[in-house]
Amino acid sequence: MKILVTGASGMLGGATAAAARMRGDHVRVLQRRPSGLVGVDEHRGDITDPEAVRAATEGVDAVVHLAAKVSMTGPWQHFAHTNIGGTATLLAAARAAGVPRFVHVSSPSVAHHGTGLAGVGAGTADPDRARGHYARSKASAELLALAADSPDFAVVAIRPHLVWGPGDTQLVGRIVERARGNRLALVGRGTALIDTTYVSNAADALVAAIDRAPEAGVHGQAFVVTNGEPRTVHELVDRICVAAGTASPRLRVPVAVAKAGGAVVERLWSALRRTEEPPMTRFLAEQLSTAHWFDQRRTREALGWSPQVTLEEGFVRLAMAYRSTVPVPAATGGD
Amino acid sequence: MVSNRDTVSPLGLSGLDSSWSRWVTAVDSQGVQRTWHVLDTAAEAPTGPVRPVGTILCVHGNPTWSYLWRHLLARFGRDDAPPWRVVAVDHLDMGFSERTGTVRGLAQRIDDLTTVTDALGLTGPVVTVGHDWGGSISLGWALRHRDQLRGVVLTNTAVHQPSGSPAPTLIRLARLPGVLPAVTVRTPTFLQATLALANPWLPEPVREGYLAPYRGADRRAAIGGFVADIPLGSDHSSWQALQDVAQGLHTLAEIPTLLLWGPRDPVFGDVHLRDLRNRLPHARLHRFEGAGHLLPEDADVAGAVARWLVELDHRPADPTPASAPAPAVPWRPLWAALAERAEDRSVALVELANNGRQVSWSLLWQRIREIGAGLSASGVRRGDRVALLVPPGADLTAAVYACLRIGAVIVVVDPGLGLAGMSRALRSADPAHLVAVGRGLAVARAMGWPGRRIGAGPGAAALGALTLGGLARLGADVRELPAAPQPDDDAAVLFTSGSTGPAKGVVYTHRQLAAMRDALFELGVNTDAGIVAAFAPFALFGPALGAPSAIPDMRVTAPGTLTATALAEAAAAVDGSAVFASPAALRNVVDTGDVLDDHHRAALQGVTLLLSAGAPVPAALLTRTRVLMPEAQPHTPYGMTEVLPVTDVTLDEIVDAGPGDGVCVGRPLPGVQVAIAALDTTGTPSEQPGCPPGRTGEILVRAAHVKDRYDGLWLTERDSSRNPGWHRTGDVGYLDSDGRLWVQGRLAHVLVTSDGVLTPVGTEQRIESLPQIARAAVVGVGPPGVAKVVVIAETLPGSRRARMASRDLAAAVRTAAATPVAAVLVVPALPTDIRHNSKIDRTRLRHWAERVLAGGGLRRP
Repeated sequence: MKILVTGASGMLGGATAAAARMRGDHVRVLQRRPSGLVGVDEHRGDITDPEAVRAATEGVDAVVHLAAKVSMTGPWQHFAHTNIGGTATLLAAARAAGVPRFVHVSSPSVAHHGTGLAGVGAGTADPDRARGHYARSKASAELLALAADSPDFAVVAIRPHLVWGPGDTQLVGRIVERARGNRLALVGRGTALIDTTYVSNAADALVAAIDRAPEAGVHGQAFVVTNGEPRTVHELVDRICVAAGTASPRLRVPVAVAKAGGAVVERLWSALRRTEEPPMTRFLAEQLSTAHWFDQRRTREALGWSPQVTLEEGFVRLAMAYRSTVPVPAATGGD
Repeated sequence: MVSNRDTVSPLGLSGLDSSWSRWVTAVDSQGVQRTWHVLDTAAEAPTGPVRPVGTILCVHGNPTWSYLWRHLLARFGRDDAPPWRVVAVDHLDMGFSERTGTVRGLAQRIDDLTTVTDALGLTGPVVTVGHDWGGSISLGWALRHRDQLRGVVLTNTAVHQPSGSPAPTLIRLARLPGVLPAVTVRTPTFLQATLALANPWLPEPVREGYLAPYRGADRRAAIGGFVADIPLGSDHSSWQALQDVAQGLHTLAEIPTLLLWGPRDPVFGDVHLRDLRNRLPHARLHRFEGAGHLLPEDADVAGAVARWLVELDHRPADPTPASAPAPAVPWRPLWAALAERAEDRSVALVELANNGRQVSWSLLWQRIREIGAGLSASGVRRGDRVALLVPPGADLTAAVYACLRIGAVIVVVDPGLGLAGMSRALRSADPAHLVAVGRGLAVARAMGWPGRRIGAGPGAAALGALTLGGLARLGADVRELPAAPQPDDDAAVLFTSGSTGPAKGVVYTHRQLAAMRDALFELGVNTDAGIVAAFAPFALFGPALGAPSAIPDMRVTAPGTLTATALAEAAAAVDGSAVFASPAALRNVVDTGDVLDDHHRAALQGVTLLLSAGAPVPAALLTRTRVLMPEAQPHTPYGMTEVLPVTDVTLDEIVDAGPGDGVCVGRPLPGVQVAIAALDTTGTPSEQPGCPPGRTGEILVRAAHVKDRYDGLWLTERDSSRNPGWHRTGDVGYLDSDGRLWVQGRLAHVLVTSDGVLTPVGTEQRIESLPQIARAAVVGVGPPGVAKVVVIAETLPGSRRARMASRDLAAAVRTAAATPVAAVLVVPALPTDIRHNSKIDRTRLRHWAERVLAGGGLRRP
């Protein structure tokens, strides 16, 4: 099978390309920066560039769409342009090229309204109520992708939750960096129970989604993907710090202060046109102070997939990666 | 005759199906045409496959409207519901019915209801359902339609203001001069106040639903009219109509009747319920503890009515359940052993707390006769309930057996329930008489506990109360006691420990109590030697077993206050060979064993049987008791307030059994059958028991000493006895291939995780085997089917505050648990029941863990 992976310079995109290649698929990748992957047909270009996208989709059997703008801050237009416009461009090109399968990588945040989630399934994406530019733009993109689903164009939306692993700059990278700078604080007591996904499990789920896409009850649907092993924020941060060989945080920020502070920081950052990530945003404060864990029964049954790497095994692999000082690639990817 | 009208509309209100609404126009008994709003599950032409077998006629009170019955309409609209049509009528000038501008008294209201049912053509069987003053109106209708009356359901209502009791506060306030129009009509105060009685509070859309037809003073006139129509005196125009209803109720003795009651009701209280029960003695009663006046909002009235109708439809003849297996031996009354020793001058009882006061068998029997005669002479009748709030000792023993002998029903309320729990228990049992020591009398008066108060013990006379001593003098010269009760008469109401919800009253007959005594014999009690009764339930049975009993010096409310010294002194006093003690008491005995002198040690060496019951007893604790009582074989019988004992096991047998997924409680005692109703993948037990060894399920017990019924808990009773002859315990466990029973927790505490069904106890035991864990609770957070396991533990050494487990502790717990664990939390103390200090309140812990793991704070559970 010939598979196009967009956003392959990110951790999950790279892992997905690798997983597909490992089982003998031909893999083409499309992203702006070099992917750093070997043995793939590398296309460079912007996901919103119709010409680059047309060339990339030509002759493939399936598309896995990961390319997205992932950030806590930034103007809405940037999110809309990449995440909604990019998805529309890719969907159009894939249909024109007669690609039969399309796996759209989304995020549980598209259906999250700021309250806690405990043991729920994948709700309908809701751009009006999703929190923050990223989640809102991804919600619209998912609705667009699922609306394009048809008998000869099988679209599946996969929503991995908090993907982490060696080489992760989004979650692990930030926690470790701040812990090393002694700037890491836990929101509240860190008691919220949160699902995460070890990167190779998420990649396996995306590959499984390609295979199952044509089946009834799979295409046209959205699935949340996690390890199914929720842990408290406190425990996750602690284990990540231990794996990275750094001290666990001792600072605590009350939830209300974090939310209020996050809002102030968001506004200030926008006003200053800063481009790097601010230390705390309201979205992150909510994410880290309320429960987020999911019912995985439907996902596992529909995709015929289950996580092969447990959290414990994941922490061991993370520790090995930090000890071997493998250069960490710069990345964008799913959240 | 039947038309639609849409000027003021109930359409679109929360919980109402628009297809239920219809308007009925008919000529009332005064010859005037009126229009009623009616909710009716058959308002549109019935399309269902099943023809209704009858109609449930729902009658609301004041100031509600038929909205009150929406759950009932919805319930009977379901496919699995019994095929009954539901009709709920808004009274004229109420709800969405016509505003007539007239004043309508009770008699007119009953006429009006008849007019509507005639217009609807309700000719088949009818079950009336009434709430508040709708109760009287529905009963008035029922008395006029006896030929088609199939049943009567009443919820928080009254037909009579019992003399000597004040009218409901809310009503009295509302009827003060000048107040009535202001609170009922000009402002919606009365309406708002009534809605505020719901427990828990009504959601806003539901409040809106109740308020919708009463916007504006002109639409509320009848709210004032209804309050004014309550006849508090014989000069009232509706007095006679209400009297007719009240006095007619005895003619409904053949009509199946269901009383559903919310005890937290400031309008209709215990006196009104008592009055209704006296008038309708055949009625089934379910008190929904915690629910109040707006019962159909607070509790599942619809489910209860549906359940009741199923029985009505399927068991038209006699709805009493098949009873327990026929007794193999003739009935030997509980007091028989005492009566036989009437001439015996040897010691029957020793009270160590009371300077070692000794009471002989002959004196004990004499006191029992005197008090029994005195109680009779003072007006205690056979079947009267007598609450006994007296600590274990001679007084309690004499009072218990005196009551049993004259056929009074003892109500035993354990101070371990706490004051609030005792109040709930006493109000539910509703004793006619209450015997208490001085302090208990004062509390009874202050708390308004039901029952004529009788003092016991020193100081009672000083309070000017009727006393046991006075009763004994009254009865001293009486030669003949009243006739003894029949074996199947009620004998006792005991209460569960309340570790799984409010304590439940459990009724035993004389035959069943006698069977319990006989089952205790099976535990191997040697009646020639003495018993040390450090566990209240057994203290009562000592004399019935014919064994001399010593009651150690300890606080009854706190079993953990029993010291090794106190136990040894009690053993010495009666040459005790058998010790009954709760696990909490045993723990303290072992902890205080160092200070014993040789005399004490010698006394404990004479103990050959150690029985510890009430809650699971760790084998490690039993092993430690052997240091103090080397000759004693520790037994831990398994049982519950509803049937005790069920199984028995010795420490040696526990050791032989080895580790398993739960607590090994041994094999059923002779005459007891145990069966398992297997749990399915959703954690639901099968209806019929019987499954292969090793399979987990609900534990069912069949024995002659199973309770007769739950008291005032008709629904609970139906659930527990739905397998004829068996008691469904609500415990889960399995039988192994050697016939031993292993208890794995409560059915309510079973977790359904994405990996399958998990019972808590086995996992807890594995975690408790860790040296750094004192005690652990396993609970699930999240929805059933995907629940995640959370471990909450007391550590060694203890923690002063609730916190998350350290990395190392969490790792150790996960390894020991052998099941995926999402979080490990540490607390200073796990919440337990007061009586045993050992039954962990996992339901409360689950709610706590859900709050914490949703991101809430880490306050103590």
